[in-house]
Amino acid sequence: MFDAILNGLSGLGAGVVNLHWSNPIMIALGCLLLFLGIKKDVEPLLLVPIGFGAILINIPLADLMGEEGFLRAIYNMGVANELFPLLIFIGIGAMTDFGPLLENPKIFLLGAAGQFGIFLTIGLALLFGFDKLDAVAIGVIGACDGPTAIYVSARYAPHLLAAVSVAAYSYMSLVPIIQPPIMRFLTTEKERRINMSELSSTTPASKTTKIVFPIVVTIFGGLIAPNGLPLLATIMLGNLLKECGVVSRLTKAAENEIANVVTLFLGISIGATMDGRAFLTAETIMILVFGFVAICLDTVCGVLFGKAMCVMTGGKVNPLIGAAGISAYPMAARVVQKEGLKYNKFNFLLMHAVGANTGGQVGSVMAAAIMLSVLKGMGIIP
Amino acid sequence: MDNWTFGFTMLIVGMGGTLAALGALAVIMALLKKIFPVKEESN
Repeated sequence: MFDAILNGLSGLGAGVVNLHWSNPIMIALGCLLLFLGIKKDVEPLLLVPIGFGAILINIPLADLMGEEGFLRAIYNMGVANELFPLLIFIGIGAMTDFGPLLENPKIFLLGAAGQFGIFLTIGLALLFGFDKLDAVAIGVIGACDGPTAIYVSARYAPHLLAAVSVAAYSYMSLVPIIQPPIMRFLTTEKERRINMSELSSTTPASKTTKIVFPIVVTIFGGLIAPNGLPLLATIMLGNLLKECGVVSRLTKAAENEIANVVTLFLGISIGATMDGRAFLTAETIMILVFGFVAICLDTVCGVLFGKAMCVMTGGKVNPLIGAAGISAYPMAARVVQKEGLKYNKFNFLLMHAVGANTGGQVGSVMAAAIMLSVLKGMGIIP
Repeated sequence: MDNWTFGFTMLIVGMGGTLAALGALAVIMALLKKIFPVKEESN
Protein backbone atom coordinates (compact mmCIF):
# COMPACT_ATOMS: atom_id res chain seq x y z
CA MET A 1 0.00 0.00 0.00
CA PHE A 2 2.92 2.31 0.82
CA ASP A 3 4.31 1.58 -2.65
CA ALA A 4 0.98 2.44 -4.25
CA ILE A 5 0.94 5.80 -2.43
CA LEU A 6 4.53 6.50 -3.55
CA ASN A 7 3.67 5.59 -7.15
CA GLY A 8 0.62 7.83 -7.01
CA LEU A 9 2.70 10.73 -5.67
CA SER A 10 5.37 10.19 -8.35
CA GLY A 11 2.65 10.53 -10.98
CA LEU A 12 1.80 13.95 -9.58
CA GLY A 13 5.33 15.21 -10.16
CA ALA A 14 5.79 13.63 -13.59
CA GLY A 15 5.43 16.97 -15.36
CA VAL A 16 8.26 18.53 -13.34
CA VAL A 17 10.50 15.48 -13.77
CA ASN A 18 10.03 15.52 -17.56
CA LEU A 19 10.72 19.23 -18.04
CA HIS A 20 13.22 19.82 -20.83
CA TRP A 21 15.60 22.77 -20.27
CA SER A 22 13.87 24.63 -23.10
CA ASN A 23 10.38 24.35 -21.60
CA PRO A 24 10.80 26.89 -18.77
CA ILE A 25 12.38 29.34 -21.25
CA MET A 26 9.44 28.96 -23.61
CA ILE A 27 6.93 29.28 -20.76
CA ALA A 28 8.69 32.53 -19.83
CA LEU A 29 8.50 33.61 -23.49
CA GLY A 30 4.79 32.78 -23.49
CA CYS A 31 4.36 34.93 -20.36
CA LEU A 32 6.31 37.73 -22.08
CA LEU A 33 3.94 37.59 -25.07
CA LEU A 34 0.99 37.73 -22.66
CA PHE A 35 2.58 40.73 -20.90
CA LEU A 36 3.13 42.54 -24.20
CA GLY A 37 -0.41 41.82 -25.30
CA ILE A 38 -2.18 42.60 -22.02
CA LYS A 39 -0.09 45.37 -20.47
CA LYS A 40 1.54 46.99 -23.52
CA ASP A 41 -1.39 46.54 -25.94
CA VAL A 42 0.91 45.04 -28.61
CA GLU A 43 -1.31 43.08 -31.03
CA PRO A 44 -3.30 41.69 -28.06
CA LEU A 45 -5.79 39.79 -30.21
CA LEU A 46 -2.96 37.58 -31.40
CA LEU A 47 -0.29 37.73 -28.73
CA VAL A 48 -2.65 36.65 -25.93
CA PRO A 49 -3.74 33.35 -27.57
CA ILE A 50 -0.22 32.78 -29.00
CA GLY A 51 1.37 33.33 -25.57
CA PHE A 52 -1.12 31.03 -23.88
CA GLY A 53 -0.64 28.37 -26.55
CA ALA A 54 3.14 28.61 -26.08
CA ILE A 55 2.72 28.00 -22.35
CA LEU A 56 0.39 25.04 -22.90
CA ILE A 57 2.62 23.25 -25.37
CA ASN A 58 5.65 23.50 -23.09
CA ILE A 59 4.01 21.69 -20.20
CA PRO A 60 5.37 18.13 -20.51
CA LEU A 61 3.25 15.00 -20.88
CA ALA A 62 -0.01 16.87 -21.55
CA ASP A 63 0.45 15.86 -25.20
CA LEU A 64 -1.85 18.63 -26.45
CA MET A 65 -0.31 18.42 -29.93
CA GLY A 66 -0.43 14.60 -29.92
CA GLU A 67 -2.74 12.60 -32.14
CA GLU A 68 -5.76 13.25 -29.93
CA GLY A 69 -4.74 16.53 -28.34
CA PHE A 70 -7.21 19.40 -28.64
CA LEU A 71 -4.54 21.78 -29.96
CA ARG A 72 -3.69 19.27 -32.71
CA ALA A 73 -7.40 19.14 -33.59
CA ILE A 74 -7.54 22.94 -33.93
CA TYR A 75 -4.23 22.99 -35.86
CA ASN A 76 -5.44 20.35 -38.30
CA MET A 77 -8.80 22.07 -38.63
CA GLY A 78 -7.45 25.32 -40.00
CA VAL A 79 -3.68 25.81 -40.00
CA ALA A 80 -2.45 22.60 -41.63
CA ASN A 81 -4.90 23.15 -44.50
CA GLU A 82 -4.35 26.97 -44.56
CA LEU A 83 -8.05 27.66 -43.93
CA PHE A 84 -7.69 30.04 -40.96
CA PRO A 85 -5.49 32.68 -42.69
CA LEU A 86 -7.95 32.73 -45.57
CA LEU A 87 -10.93 33.25 -43.25
CA ILE A 88 -9.00 36.06 -41.54
CA PHE A 89 -8.52 37.63 -44.96
CA ILE A 90 -12.29 37.76 -45.50
CA GLY A 91 -12.51 39.74 -42.28
CA ILE A 92 -9.63 42.02 -43.26
CA GLY A 93 -11.24 42.68 -46.64
CA ALA A 94 -14.52 43.54 -44.92
CA MET A 95 -12.72 45.99 -42.63
CA THR A 96 -10.62 47.73 -45.30
CA ASP A 97 -11.66 50.86 -47.18
CA PHE A 98 -9.82 51.01 -50.50
CA GLY A 99 -11.35 54.44 -51.21
CA PRO A 100 -8.13 56.45 -50.54
CA LEU A 101 -6.23 54.11 -52.87
CA LEU A 102 -8.85 54.41 -55.61
CA GLU A 103 -8.73 58.20 -55.29
CA ASN A 104 -5.15 58.13 -56.53
CA PRO A 105 -4.45 54.77 -58.24
CA LYS A 106 -0.79 55.72 -58.95
CA ILE A 107 -0.17 55.07 -55.26
CA PHE A 108 -0.66 51.37 -56.06
CA LEU A 109 2.97 51.42 -57.22
CA LEU A 110 4.12 52.23 -53.69
CA GLY A 111 2.30 49.08 -52.57
CA ALA A 112 4.51 47.16 -55.00
CA ALA A 113 7.76 48.82 -53.93
CA GLY A 114 6.91 48.02 -50.31
CA GLN A 115 7.11 44.31 -51.14
CA PHE A 116 10.59 44.33 -52.63
CA GLY A 117 12.01 43.36 -49.25
CA ILE A 118 10.37 39.95 -49.63
CA PHE A 119 12.38 39.09 -52.72
CA LEU A 120 15.63 40.65 -51.48
CA THR A 121 15.33 38.67 -48.24
CA ILE A 122 14.74 35.42 -50.11
CA GLY A 123 18.10 36.04 -51.81
CA LEU A 124 19.78 36.76 -48.47
CA ALA A 125 18.32 33.63 -46.85
CA LEU A 126 19.56 31.55 -49.78
CA LEU A 127 23.03 33.08 -49.37
CA PHE A 128 22.99 31.94 -45.74
CA GLY A 129 22.29 28.37 -46.77
CA PHE A 130 18.55 28.06 -46.31
CA ASP A 131 16.64 25.65 -48.50
CA LYS A 132 14.61 27.26 -51.34
CA LEU A 133 11.17 26.87 -49.77
CA ASP A 134 12.49 27.82 -46.34
CA ALA A 135 13.93 30.99 -47.89
CA VAL A 136 10.53 31.75 -49.44
CA ALA A 137 8.79 31.34 -46.07
CA ILE A 138 11.37 33.62 -44.43
CA GLY A 139 11.14 36.22 -47.19
CA VAL A 140 7.38 36.41 -46.88
CA ILE A 141 7.78 37.90 -43.39
CA GLY A 142 8.57 41.01 -45.44
CA ALA A 143 4.96 41.04 -46.63
CA CYS A 144 4.30 42.48 -43.16
CA ASP A 145 1.13 40.52 -43.34
CA GLY A 146 0.48 37.80 -40.75
CA PRO A 147 -2.08 35.71 -42.64
CA THR A 148 0.04 35.66 -45.82
CA ALA A 149 3.13 34.62 -43.85
CA ILE A 150 1.15 31.86 -42.10
CA TYR A 151 -0.45 30.70 -45.37
CA VAL A 152 2.87 30.37 -47.18
CA SER A 153 4.89 28.88 -44.31
CA ALA A 154 2.13 26.44 -43.25
CA ARG A 155 1.98 25.18 -46.79
CA TYR A 156 5.60 25.07 -47.85
CA ALA A 157 7.73 25.17 -44.68
CA PRO A 158 5.51 24.03 -41.77
CA HIS A 159 8.56 23.43 -39.54
CA LEU A 160 9.22 27.21 -39.67
CA LEU A 161 5.62 28.23 -39.00
CA ALA A 162 6.13 29.21 -35.36
CA ALA A 163 9.22 31.33 -35.96
CA VAL A 164 7.84 32.96 -39.11
CA SER A 165 4.50 33.79 -37.46
CA VAL A 166 6.08 35.21 -34.32
CA ALA A 167 8.48 37.28 -36.44
CA ALA A 168 5.71 38.54 -38.73
CA TYR A 169 3.40 39.68 -35.94
CA SER A 170 6.19 41.02 -33.71
CA TYR A 171 7.70 43.19 -36.42
CA MET A 172 4.28 44.37 -37.59
CA SER A 173 3.70 45.75 -34.13
CA LEU A 174 7.21 47.27 -34.11
CA VAL A 175 6.64 49.22 -37.33
CA PRO A 176 6.34 52.55 -35.42
CA ILE A 177 9.84 51.93 -34.01
CA ILE A 178 11.52 50.37 -37.07
CA GLN A 179 10.37 52.76 -39.80
CA PRO A 180 10.99 56.39 -38.63
CA PRO A 181 14.82 56.25 -38.49
CA ILE A 182 14.93 54.75 -42.00
CA MET A 183 12.47 57.37 -43.29
CA ARG A 184 14.56 60.20 -41.82
CA PHE A 185 17.82 58.74 -43.10
CA LEU A 186 16.61 58.44 -46.69
CA THR A 187 14.81 61.80 -47.07
CA THR A 188 15.81 65.42 -46.83
CA GLU A 189 13.96 67.84 -44.57
CA LYS A 190 12.71 69.64 -47.67
CA GLU A 191 11.17 66.41 -48.97
CA ARG A 192 9.56 65.64 -45.62
CA ARG A 193 7.89 69.07 -45.68
CA ILE A 194 6.15 68.52 -49.05
CA ASN A 195 2.45 69.24 -48.69
CA MET A 196 0.47 66.74 -50.72
CA SER A 197 -2.75 68.75 -50.68
CA GLU A 198 -1.29 70.36 -53.82
CA LEU A 199 -1.64 67.07 -55.64
CA SER A 200 -4.45 67.69 -58.11
CA SER A 201 -4.74 64.22 -59.63
CA THR A 202 -6.87 62.79 -56.81
CA THR A 203 -10.56 62.38 -57.49
CA PRO A 204 -13.02 60.42 -55.39
CA ALA A 205 -14.10 56.98 -56.57
CA SER A 206 -17.76 56.23 -57.19
CA LYS A 207 -19.62 53.48 -55.37
CA THR A 208 -19.73 51.44 -58.58
CA THR A 209 -15.93 51.67 -58.90
CA LYS A 210 -15.56 50.48 -55.32
CA ILE A 211 -17.83 47.50 -56.04
CA VAL A 212 -16.10 46.63 -59.32
CA PHE A 213 -12.59 46.96 -57.77
CA PRO A 214 -12.55 43.66 -55.80
CA ILE A 215 -14.05 41.76 -58.72
CA VAL A 216 -11.46 43.11 -61.17
CA VAL A 217 -8.55 42.48 -58.80
CA THR A 218 -9.71 38.89 -58.24
CA ILE A 219 -10.07 38.11 -61.94
CA PHE A 220 -6.88 39.94 -62.96
CA GLY A 221 -4.79 38.54 -60.11
CA GLY A 222 -6.22 35.06 -60.54
CA LEU A 223 -5.38 35.02 -64.23
CA ILE A 224 -1.75 36.08 -63.78
CA ALA A 225 -1.04 34.25 -60.51
CA PRO A 226 -3.55 31.42 -60.06
CA ASN A 227 -1.56 29.79 -57.26
CA GLY A 228 -2.21 32.74 -55.01
CA LEU A 229 -5.88 33.07 -55.88
CA PRO A 230 -7.10 31.89 -52.44
CA LEU A 231 -5.24 34.82 -50.83
CA LEU A 232 -6.50 37.40 -53.30
CA ALA A 233 -10.01 36.02 -53.56
CA THR A 234 -10.72 35.96 -49.83
CA ILE A 235 -9.56 39.53 -49.12
CA MET A 236 -11.50 40.75 -52.16
CA LEU A 237 -14.61 38.76 -51.21
CA GLY A 238 -14.57 40.46 -47.81
CA ASN A 239 -14.23 43.85 -49.48
CA LEU A 240 -17.02 43.09 -51.96
CA LEU A 241 -19.33 42.17 -49.07
CA LYS A 242 -18.57 45.56 -47.49
CA GLU A 243 -18.84 47.67 -50.64
CA CYS A 244 -21.89 46.10 -52.27
CA GLY A 245 -23.96 47.20 -49.29
CA VAL A 246 -26.63 44.51 -49.60
CA VAL A 247 -25.21 41.84 -47.30
CA SER A 248 -24.62 43.75 -44.10
CA ARG A 249 -25.20 40.61 -42.00
CA LEU A 250 -22.43 38.79 -43.85
CA THR A 251 -20.14 41.83 -43.60
CA LYS A 252 -20.68 42.03 -39.85
CA ALA A 253 -20.16 38.28 -39.50
CA ALA A 254 -16.92 38.47 -41.53
CA GLU A 255 -15.47 41.39 -39.57
CA ASN A 256 -16.70 40.25 -36.15
CA GLU A 257 -17.77 36.67 -35.46
CA ILE A 258 -15.70 34.88 -38.12
CA ALA A 259 -12.59 37.06 -37.67
CA ASN A 260 -12.78 36.80 -33.87
CA VAL A 261 -13.25 33.04 -33.65
CA VAL A 262 -10.61 32.33 -36.27
CA THR A 263 -8.14 34.77 -34.66
CA LEU A 264 -8.50 32.86 -31.39
CA PHE A 265 -8.01 29.47 -33.04
CA LEU A 266 -5.16 30.71 -35.23
CA GLY A 267 -3.35 32.32 -32.31
CA ILE A 268 -3.55 29.32 -30.02
CA SER A 269 -2.52 26.99 -32.87
CA ILE A 270 0.56 29.07 -33.62
CA GLY A 271 1.42 29.12 -29.93
CA ALA A 272 1.07 25.35 -29.97
CA THR A 273 3.85 25.08 -32.55
CA MET A 274 6.28 26.81 -30.16
CA ASP A 275 7.57 23.67 -28.48
CA GLY A 276 10.91 24.64 -26.93
CA ARG A 277 12.76 21.64 -28.36
CA ALA A 278 11.96 22.76 -31.91
CA PHE A 279 11.77 26.52 -31.37
CA LEU A 280 14.92 27.35 -29.45
CA THR A 281 17.38 26.86 -32.26
CA ALA A 282 19.91 28.99 -34.13
CA GLU A 283 17.59 28.75 -37.12
CA THR A 284 14.84 30.61 -35.23
CA ILE A 285 17.24 33.40 -34.31
CA MET A 286 18.30 33.70 -37.95
CA ILE A 287 14.65 33.83 -39.04
CA LEU A 288 13.98 36.65 -36.56
CA VAL A 289 17.00 38.55 -37.92
CA PHE A 290 15.97 38.02 -41.54
CA GLY A 291 12.41 39.09 -40.72
CA PHE A 292 13.74 42.35 -39.32
CA VAL A 293 15.93 42.85 -42.39
CA ALA A 294 12.95 42.15 -44.67
CA ILE A 295 10.83 44.87 -43.08
CA CYS A 296 13.72 47.35 -43.14
CA LEU A 297 14.27 46.59 -46.85
CA ASP A 298 10.54 47.06 -47.55
CA THR A 299 10.72 50.50 -45.95
CA VAL A 300 13.91 51.42 -47.81
CA CYS A 301 12.46 50.38 -51.18
CA GLY A 302 9.14 52.11 -50.45
CA VAL A 303 10.77 55.41 -49.49
CA LEU A 304 13.19 55.29 -52.45
CA PHE A 305 10.27 54.66 -54.78
CA GLY A 306 8.47 57.57 -53.12
CA LYS A 307 11.52 59.74 -53.87
CA ALA A 308 11.40 58.65 -57.50
CA MET A 309 7.69 59.57 -57.66
CA CYS A 310 8.55 62.91 -56.04
CA VAL A 311 11.03 63.64 -58.83
CA MET A 312 8.65 62.45 -61.58
CA THR A 313 5.76 64.60 -60.30
CA GLY A 314 7.92 67.69 -59.94
CA GLY A 315 8.01 67.53 -56.16
CA LYS A 316 4.30 66.94 -55.51
CA VAL A 317 4.64 63.55 -53.77
CA ASN A 318 6.04 63.43 -50.26
CA PRO A 319 8.46 60.45 -50.27
CA LEU A 320 7.50 59.60 -46.68
CA ILE A 321 4.28 58.00 -47.94
CA GLY A 322 6.44 55.33 -49.61
CA ALA A 323 7.03 53.85 -46.16
CA ALA A 324 3.30 53.14 -45.93
CA GLY A 325 3.47 50.83 -48.95
CA ILE A 326 3.70 47.83 -46.63
CA SER A 327 0.79 45.77 -45.40
CA ALA A 328 0.92 46.73 -41.71
CA TYR A 329 -2.43 48.53 -41.70
CA PRO A 330 -3.03 51.12 -40.37
CA MET A 331 0.19 51.44 -38.31
CA ALA A 332 2.41 52.34 -41.26
CA ALA A 333 0.00 55.10 -42.40
CA ARG A 334 -0.08 56.54 -38.88
CA VAL A 335 3.72 56.53 -38.72
CA VAL A 336 3.89 58.53 -41.97
CA GLN A 337 1.30 61.04 -40.74
CA LYS A 338 3.20 61.50 -37.47
CA GLU A 339 6.56 61.95 -39.20
CA GLY A 340 5.10 64.40 -41.72
CA LEU A 341 3.56 66.53 -38.97
CA LYS A 342 6.93 66.80 -37.24
CA TYR A 343 8.34 68.78 -40.16
CA ASN A 344 5.24 70.62 -41.36
CA LYS A 345 2.44 70.99 -38.84
CA PHE A 346 -0.06 71.77 -41.59
CA ASN A 347 0.81 68.67 -43.60
CA PHE A 348 -1.84 65.98 -43.41
CA LEU A 349 -0.44 62.98 -45.21
CA LEU A 350 -2.80 60.50 -43.59
CA MET A 351 -5.21 59.86 -46.47
CA HIS A 352 -2.37 59.52 -49.00
CA ALA A 353 -0.55 57.21 -46.60
CA VAL A 354 -3.71 55.16 -46.04
CA GLY A 355 -3.97 54.82 -49.83
CA ALA A 356 -0.39 53.55 -50.01
CA ASN A 357 -1.04 51.30 -47.02
CA THR A 358 -4.11 49.66 -48.57
CA GLY A 359 -2.07 49.39 -51.78
CA GLY A 360 0.48 47.56 -49.65
CA GLN A 361 -2.23 45.16 -48.50
CA VAL A 362 -3.13 44.28 -52.06
CA GLY A 363 0.59 44.38 -52.94
CA SER A 364 1.58 41.87 -50.26
CA VAL A 365 -1.07 39.43 -51.36
CA MET A 366 -0.23 39.97 -55.02
CA ALA A 367 3.51 39.53 -54.32
CA ALA A 368 2.83 36.24 -52.50
CA ALA A 369 0.53 35.10 -55.31
CA ILE A 370 3.16 35.94 -57.93
CA MET A 371 5.85 34.23 -55.86
CA LEU A 372 3.81 31.02 -55.62
CA SER A 373 3.07 31.06 -59.32
CA VAL A 374 6.76 31.61 -60.14
CA LEU A 375 7.64 28.69 -57.85
CA LYS A 376 5.14 26.51 -59.66
CA GLY A 377 6.44 27.70 -63.02
CA MET A 378 9.95 26.66 -61.98
CA GLY A 379 8.64 23.27 -60.85
CA ILE A 380 9.63 23.82 -57.20
CA ILE A 381 6.10 23.36 -55.87
CA PRO A 382 3.44 21.01 -57.30
CA MET B 1 18.28 24.47 -60.18
CA ASP B 2 21.03 26.04 -58.07
CA ASN B 3 20.27 28.59 -55.36
CA TRP B 4 21.89 31.46 -57.28
CA THR B 5 19.67 30.97 -60.34
CA PHE B 6 16.63 30.50 -58.14
CA GLY B 7 17.29 33.62 -56.06
CA PHE B 8 18.03 35.76 -59.09
CA THR B 9 14.90 34.55 -60.89
CA MET B 10 12.73 35.25 -57.84
CA LEU B 11 14.26 38.70 -57.53
CA ILE B 12 13.72 39.71 -61.14
CA VAL B 13 10.42 37.96 -61.88
CA GLY B 14 9.01 38.51 -58.39
CA MET B 15 9.81 42.20 -58.07
CA GLY B 16 9.15 42.92 -61.74
CA GLY B 17 5.94 40.89 -61.73
CA THR B 18 4.59 42.58 -58.60
CA LEU B 19 5.41 46.04 -59.94
CA ALA B 20 3.93 45.26 -63.37
CA ALA B 21 0.79 43.68 -61.87
CA LEU B 22 0.09 46.59 -59.53
CA GLY B 23 0.97 49.09 -62.29
CA ALA B 24 -1.57 47.39 -64.55
CA LEU B 25 -4.15 47.47 -61.74
CA ALA B 26 -3.49 51.19 -61.25
CA VAL B 27 -4.22 51.77 -64.94
CA ILE B 28 -7.37 49.60 -64.77
CA MET B 29 -8.57 51.49 -61.69
CA ALA B 30 -7.99 54.84 -63.41
CA LEU B 31 -10.04 53.57 -66.36
CA LEU B 32 -12.80 52.31 -64.06
CA LYS B 33 -13.02 55.76 -62.48
CA LYS B 34 -13.54 57.23 -65.94
CA ILE B 35 -16.16 54.62 -66.85
CA PHE B 36 -18.02 54.99 -63.53
CA PRO B 37 -17.52 58.62 -62.52
CA VAL B 38 -18.85 60.00 -59.25
CA LYS B 39 -21.55 62.09 -60.94
CA GLU B 40 -23.26 58.84 -61.95
CA GLU B 41 -24.19 58.35 -58.27
CA SER B 42 -25.99 61.65 -57.90
CA ASN B 43 -28.64 60.72 -60.49
